[in-house]
Parts: sequence; structure tokens; C-alpha cells
Amino acid sequence: MRGVRKTFPGVVALDDVAFTVRSGEVHALMGENGAGKSTLIKVLTGVYPKDAGVATFAGREIAPRTPLDAERAGIATVYQEVNLIPELSVAENIMLGRQPKRAGFLQWKEIRRRADEALARLGLEIDSSRAVSSYSMAIQQMVAIARALYLDAKLLILDEPTSSLDEQEVAELFGTMRRLKDDGLGIVFVTHFLDQVYEIADHITVLRNGGLVGEFEKAQLPRLELIAKMLGKQVAEVEKVGATLAIGTPGETDGPALLEARGLARTGSVAALDLEVRRGEVVGLAGLLGSGRTETARLLFGADKRDAGEVRLEGESAALAHPAEAIAKGIGFCSEDRKSEGIVPTLSVSENIILAMQAGRGMLRKLPKAKQLGVANHYIEALKIKTPSPETPVENLSGGNQQKVLLARWLCMQPKLIILDEPTRGIDVGAKGEIEKLVESLRADGMAILFISSELEEVVRACNRVAVMRDHGKIGELVGAQIEEHAIMELIAAHEE
Amino acid sequence: MFQRKNIPLLATFGVLVVLLVVASVLYRNFLTPLNFANILRNYAFLGVIAVGMTFVILSGGIDLSVGTVMGFSTILLARLISVQGVPALPAICVVLAVGCAFGAGLGLVIHTYRLPPFLVTLSGMFLAKGISFVILPSAQKIDSSWFAELASFKLKVFGNAPLTVTTMIFFAVVSIGIAIAHFTRFGRNVYALGGAESSAVLMGLPVGRTKIAVYAISGCCAALGGIMWAMNSTSGNPAIGLGTELDAIACVVIGGTLLTGGVGYVVGTLAGVLVFGTIATVIRFQGLESSDARIALGILLLAFITMQRIVVQGAARGSRMAT
Repeated sequence: MRGVRKTFPGVVALDDVAFTVRSGEVHALMGENGAGKSTLIKVLTGVYPKDAGVATFAGREIAPRTPLDAERAGIATVYQEVNLIPELSVAENIMLGRQPKRAGFLQWKEIRRRADEALARLGLEIDSSRAVSSYSMAIQQMVAIARALYLDAKLLILDEPTSSLDEQEVAELFGTMRRLKDDGLGIVFVTHFLDQVYEIADHITVLRNGGLVGEFEKAQLPRLELIAKMLGKQVAEVEKVGATLAIGTPGETDGPALLEARGLARTGSVAALDLEVRRGEVVGLAGLLGSGRTETARLLFGADKRDAGEVRLEGESAALAHPAEAIAKGIGFCSEDRKSEGIVPTLSVSENIILAMQAGRGMLRKLPKAKQLGVANHYIEALKIKTPSPETPVENLSGGNQQKVLLARWLCMQPKLIILDEPTRGIDVGAKGEIEKLVESLRADGMAILFISSELEEVVRACNRVAVMRDHGKIGELVGAQIEEHAIMELIAAHEE
Repeated sequence: MFQRKNIPLLATFGVLVVLLVVASVLYRNFLTPLNFANILRNYAFLGVIAVGMTFVILSGGIDLSVGTVMGFSTILLARLISVQGVPALPAICVVLAVGCAFGAGLGLVIHTYRLPPFLVTLSGMFLAKGISFVILPSAQKIDSSWFAELASFKLKVFGNAPLTVTTMIFFAVVSIGIAIAHFTRFGRNVYALGGAESSAVLMGLPVGRTKIAVYAISGCCAALGGIMWAMNSTSGNPAIGLGTELDAIACVVIGGTLLTGGVGYVVGTLAGVLVFGTIATVIRFQGLESSDARIALGILLLAFITMQRIVVQGAARGSRMAT
């Protein structure tokens, strides 16, 4: 692809970008949020039309206008959000639109057989007659890949395929990717995980602010330099940021608990656990995907109802039966699924920020427009939210900036306790660093923070205390200097019978 | 079959069996072939419309125009035959084609301008109603001996129970509907569209074509429903049909199809129509007003959608546990 340009109302998403993938290689596409990676891919696969530029594929010029066009040309794509039909079976999801027919009627047995074959190619043995929604995200991802590869694709695009996979699953995915690469497939790999890039990629193309920074061979691009290129900074500066982050690890704090949970439980989702969060303390919930971290947070916020146990806020017993009550008592909750549970995509940045504040005032006491803008501008500046204006619809911002808008919404309520569920998922190194710094400054201001993350290094850097979870229960707690990645992993592993 | 999402469907058949048993205990001559054949004859037109509606709802949409399109079809048929003097068979074909085109037009508008189906088909509902009165301002008898013969033709089955042409059409439409829903690509695309439209687009499925076809089918079924209504009364009437779309939606939902799309079965709609017809007939046996039938249906509908919500929520929690 050469000279690709794409504009959206008010934003130039891509400007004169060139991108080359060869067959038999894994090519990493890197860049911060809003750098234009997703847009580039959507142009390549025909979701958006390009405004300028040329794309050639296997020697021929192509201009796919729909995903189907791209698929027919041999470009297969697996998007960040797994795009399958949850209620239909695995087999059907793989075969939709390409089912074998006889005299116009579908051959269900043949559909099952071919789907199983496609799964076997990825080394996956699951019951393909069950609904996709009954499987984990990792399996769903594999099913999406099986679907993408079913036609004889020559180019496979994986957009953030690993963001919801655990280490074992990532290893399996990489095994599959290597096998496909050896078969001569070109693979575009978009990710925020640097380790993964260095493990699997052959070439790296870096984008920044919708422009091309350059294409590099992996061996000739040291890690630090890659980060510098993504951030548009000098190597020395990056080293400094890394150092301050490391020093930023706060020590243990004493004092009375702001929130105290005893024997908190909900049948089938959380086994009885105790948890304390003090003012000026960041408490981490660590554990594998599905270990019950989010479920615990939802109980504390009243989004789900607890069956047993007691929660005390500032020493007083609190029922917390409903989110409205939790909000009134000063608890904020940034949910993990910002797309469906947090952001209202069509409302503007400022409207999204003041949403909870307005709700707190009630319907009749509308916040004056000037005040709204004042509050919104304050947080746009404080959190460095990248937006053309406070009136821009949130859906036009990148993932990291959407996350910041969500955070701003809760911060303007001035909560005593804020629950951050995977605040850094799917956002880039630069924005991650900023969010971590933000957490640290909120803590320093005396806020209590419950921090949930799948990335252990992040937990280690950010938290004063870490509750380790496994199989829907708490299995231990680490304090201060005890908090280390291998200590957390040992706890999780040791519990395994 | 015994998956969680099939519970509403099984519940519908359960309710139907319970209804029939209770009714046959209360009234000795309720569960006779004759009475059953009458239920089928009276509600076959509604059943055909409901099958069309099932596809629309499975695709994640709704079609409010079917009731008045049905009324429009009866009067168009009557005018073509009695005023214009068109032979009955060509007239029937014209009416079917017009209904199909009308639905396709609505689908085209919904797809092209990304408008909510509720509003577009609401406009279609007013439009069809208005045009009906333009065609003929009052009821018109259908003067065609061939049509009258067709309407009164009966097969005798199960000890003299009359199986009318309308009933046979109903069964045929249900069978074709099941075949389309489960054994054609188009049918599966309808499920995919209703399950997750954005995914369906990214999977490269022909979303636009499918959407337009779904409304065309619904329009065609509404026209066929109108023709069947005209067979039952050998006349056309521009005033009828309003409210039938809601009856059809009720039948589909009682039949276990989720109003949010993507989950449901055509055979469930068959059960839904039978439940609908049985309740109305029981009320009539009881000698009560038709308003009582509405009350009973309202309660039943409420119970069904509540149950569906509980089942769906339970399934969502189940899948969260599995991850």
C-alpha cells in the first residue's frame, strides 16, 4: 500500500502511509492509540474506502469496497473484538456464507465435518455443535481465526488477538501463527505487547499520529528505540519515564480501612473473601482471567447482589444493593468493557464526562452549560485526553482516550474509592504509563483505589497491596516489598492441587 | 434440543398441551377433530402472517405494516376480480407480487438509510391503510365462482373434520418457512443478522440483500394472509387488518422467538398461533367477551417475555462462569 490517506470529520486518521507485507512473514504493526493502525486495517479490508493511495496485492491493484471483496481477494481478518454470532454454533460460525449445499439445501453433516477440519488445522478439538458464546474468549478467538483461514487466504490480519488471552493461550496462538507462516501465509500482527512482537515478528512498521514512522527489521530495532519511535521521543527520555515509573512504587500505608469486606460471597461467582482498602492505598486484584476479579468488583459496587458477607464503608455497615447506592457513598467503577458498559459512543466527550455528575444532581437540576464545559476542559487537560474539541463524539476517539474519558467521568464525582477494572486493556505503552502515573497521583491525594489488571508487571508497579485470586476465591495477599511478579505467580501456582 | 435457549420453545408446547387438556376436561366437545379444524381454519391467515413476521424478528427487526397490508390485499383482490373483471388466479398472483414489492420497498428504505424498522414499517402501515380506501371505500363481495369453489373446497380427514385450502396453505407456509430458516444460506444469514449485525457485516455476509428479502417475505406473507382472509369471507374490506400485526408479533414471541433477534424457530410460531387460537376459542366456549381473550393473552405474553428474560440472563451468567 502506498500513499494511503483517510480523513474523518475533523480528524485526519491516515496521511500518506506506506505498508508492505511479504508472504511467509509475521509483520507487526505498532503505534500508540490513535496512531492509525485500526484505520489502516479497515481500509485494507474494505470496511472504509480510502481517500487516496494505491493498494497492490499479489501483483494486482485492489480496491476492496466491502469485507467480502477483501475476503475473495485472499485477505482474511480477525478483529480485536471477536466478530462471531454468539448464539450460533461453532461450526456454523466458521461456515456462515460458505456452507456446502445440495440442490439448494444445506448439508449440515458436511458443515460440521468441514468446520471440524478447519479447527483441527489449528490444533483445536472442541464440540463444534455448541454455541460460540459457551466458550471462553480464547477459544472464540481461535474459532474466528479458523473462519478467517477457511478460504485460501494469502494474508491474515490479526488485530490485537492476544489482549484477552492468558500466557498459555498466547503460546498456542503463536504456535499456530508459526505453522501458518511456514505455509507461506503473510501475517499482519497488531498488538500493544512488546514482548510478543519480539517473540514472533520478522518486520515492524511503526505509525504515529496517522503518519508512517518507518519499517524496520526486528533485529535492527532495539526495544527502547521502538518505544521511542512510537512515542516520538528520544531514547533518553523514554529511559527516564521508565525509571520514574519504577521509583513510583509506593510503600505500605497504615490507617483505618475505608472499605472493609468480610465474608463477601455470591453463589457461583465469588467464594467468601475478605478485603480491605485504606485511604491513599492502591490495592490490586491479581489473578488469571476468570479468577473472579471482576465479579468481586461488581459485588462491591452493587452491580451484582451478594448472598453473604458484610461490607463496611468508613466503619459503617453498607448494604450496597444497587450501583446508585454505591455511587452515592462515594464509590466509582470503571468497567472492563468500556464499549458496552461505560462509554456512550454518540455523546460528546464533555457529555460523557459529566454524565454521572448530572445523574447525581437529579434530572431537574441541569448543570449549567458553562460549568459543564469548565469541568470537561479541566479533565481533558488534566488527563491529557486527545480530542479535537469537547464536543467531539466519543466514538471518534482512540481506545486509550475513551478510557480516559471514562476515568474523568468518575473523577469529577470526587469518589473516595475508585475501582479500575482493566484500565489499560487494549491501550498502548504511552497511554498505559500515563494512566499508571494518574493512579499514583490520585493515591497521593488520599483516594482509595482498587486496581484490577491481568498484567502482573503493572500490578507490581502500581499497588501497595495485592489480593491474589484463583478459581473465584482469594488465595492470598501480598504487601509492600513482597509484591513481585514471581511471588504472585507462585501463589497462583502453589494453590494448584 | 435441551439447550437453554430452547426452553422458551419447549415451554410454548408445554402451555399448548396444558391448554388443550384443560379445555378438553372443561368442554367435552372441545378436543374434537371438528373443533380443532375450525381453530386452524379461523387462524390460518394469522399464522401465515406470523411466519413472515418470524423472519423479520429473527433478523432483529419488526414489521408493523403487515396488518394493513393484509387489509389492502383483500380489497385489491376484490376490486381486481369484481370491478376490473380479472380472472381469480392472475388476480391472486398480482396481489402477492404487490405485497412482496411493498415489503421489499420498506426493506430497501430501512437498509439504505439505516432507519429504524419500527418507524419505516409504521409509515408503511399508514400508507397501506390509506391506499386501501382509495382502491375501494367499502367492503366488496368477490364475484368469482372459481374463487368461491376454491374457498369452500375441503378434504375430509379424521372422521369428517374439514381441512380447508387455507389450512393447507398454512401448513405449507410453515413447512417452507422451516426449510428456509434451517436449510438455506439465506435462513442462516437471517439468524446471523439478528444475532450480531456488525459481526455479520465483518463476516462478509450479504446483509443488505438479506434485510430487504426479509421484509419482502413478510409483505408477501401479509398479502397471502389477505387472500386467505378473503377466502374465509369471499369479500374484501379496506377497514380490516389494523391490529393484526400485533397479534402476529404476539404469536411469534409466545412461540419462543426473542424480540431482540437471532434466536427462535418457525415451528415455535406454529405453536404460538395454536396457543393464540386455542385461548380465543376457549373464551368463546366459556361465553365470555373477546375482551377477556385479550386479557388472557396479555397475561400470557407478559409471562413469556419475563421467562425469556430470566432464561437469557441465566445463560449470560452461565457463560461468564465458563470463561
